[in-house]
Amino acid sequence: MLFFSYFKDLVGREVTVELKNDLAIRGTLHSVDQYLNIKLENTRVVDQDKYPHMLSVRNCFIRGSVVRYVQLPPEGVDVELLHDATRREARGG
Amino acid sequence: MSTGPGLESLVDQTISVITNDGRNIVGVLKGFDQATNIILDESHERVFSTKEGVQQLVLGLYIIRGDNISVVGELDEELDSNLDLSKLRAHPLKAVIH
Repeated sequence: MLFFSYFKDLVGREVTVELKNDLAIRGTLHSVDQYLNIKLENTRVVDQDKYPHMLSVRNCFIRGSVVRYVQLPPEGVDVELLHDATRREARGG
Repeated sequence: MSTGPGLESLVDQTISVITNDGRNIVGVLKGFDQATNIILDESHERVFSTKEGVQQLVLGLYIIRGDNISVVGELDEELDSNLDLSKLRAHPLKAVIH
């Protein structure tokens, strides 16, 4: 649940999601669910010349199972808060 | 869950699906479930290649198993009609490696 809550706090921020097929999509985080499926708005593919496959897509749903990385804005990360949450999780809530 | 990224908002809209084996299928979303299994109507595949423009293969009514889905994109009709598919050249997308 930690990462679900964590991503919910990042809603509205700009993130880059790199998929397991090497495609990287940048956009505004719209929502996340329990499977860490991600919905992005105002999307653009990072290397559009190499990957013109999504040129006419501006909003997309990314299945959690194909996400390799999510690049976060540095200001969206509160390390102290995350440390505490991780310890709490490790203790079993 | 109302705030989750369900596909409700895309029902009856034209969507572009990227599958785990790198295919790009465009069609009208008719249904979906928790596992992201989806039903696509009037679907066709867009085949990208470096040798010629994008080829469109008619598929018709399709069910795609959620396991095999990477991305579901809302196709912006205006942007799409401005695309000249016959001039687009690209390598097909790579398959997902888990």
